[in-house]
Amino acid sequence: MDEIAQLRLRKAIQNGLPLTEQPYLTLARELGLTEDQVMQTITDWQEDGLIKRFGLVVKHHTLGYKANAMVVWDIPADKVDEVGELLSLCDAVTLCYQRPRQLPEWNYNLFSMIHGQDRDTVLQQLADIIEQNGLSGFQYDVLFSYKLFKQCGGQYVQASQEQLSNSPVSKSSVSQGASI
Amino acid sequence: MKDLDKKLINLLQDGFPLTPRPFLTVAEQLSDEGVEVTEAEVIRSIQALLDEGILSRFGPMYQAERMGGGLTLAAMKVAEEDYERVTDQVNAFSQVAHNYRREHELNMWFVLATESPEEIEDCIDKMEAITGYHVFNMPKKEEFYVGLKFAL
Repeated sequence: MDEIAQLRLRKAIQNGLPLTEQPYLTLARELGLTEDQVMQTITDWQEDGLIKRFGLVVKHHTLGYKANAMVVWDIPADKVDEVGELLSLCDAVTLCYQRPRQLPEWNYNLFSMIHGQDRDTVLQQLADIIEQNGLSGFQYDVLFSYKLFKQCGGQYVQASQEQLSNSPVSKSSVSQGASI
Repeated sequence: MKDLDKKLINLLQDGFPLTPRPFLTVAEQLSDEGVEVTEAEVIRSIQALLDEGILSRFGPMYQAERMGGGLTLAAMKVAEEDYERVTDQVNAFSQVAHNYRREHELNMWFVLATESPEEIEDCIDKMEAITGYHVFNMPKKEEFYVGLKFAL
């Protein structure tokens, strides 16, 4: 498959797969390809990491995961890989990244997200993570979100007046897949 | 939520089959788990979950950097009296994908996704000029892989 055909396929599926009995055949017909080509190319993209995930993406907020905490850690360079691995294995942690510090304002280099039903649950989950992984010696901070001002995919979400005030954390909403 | 929907969401968070009739494959997998469902019902259920806004997407999630684009997490320290104005100014950039207010001195956090890596700097420069605030740029150095864990 040439590059233009690949681009066209990439574009054709970026907003979702067709909900037909044979979605790969549907795509193939639209794009002048064979069903095998479509399936093989998507398989290749998954194997080489161009597609991180292939399936469905839920809106956590609607599923009851209403608290969204960014938990950030100050971890020495020689420990950051180890702690990052540990965090990524915790059930409550939904994202985990190493990022640069921004001294002097920002001292944290490891970012993790915890989603939970409510704020107390998230804090309890964090306490368990710290205890079970022996992380009590590291400095960390918990940044709960107040609200979502703009959601993914370029969809503009206008914050209401109510949201602009210091509304409780239960107003927050999240969208999986963001590299937060 | 219906039992079928829960099972469907749990199953499909892990991936979608690459078979000629993937919804049939899914129906068979669910039947193995004791949920009797037809191919047509699987399709209808996914459509309904999308229509109801429970799913935001059904398909691939691309790795932005591998697509040749730029991606970063950015933060700003915005005074309360300016928060609304700066929010509007930041959100006016089409490259802003998520924007959360968080409890910290750095109180505005958003993702920037651009078509090319170079565009990140350009976008931040413009944002700083328009808002009058510094933008902290925190691109990822390493990702620790986390599976999908929103079990229902």
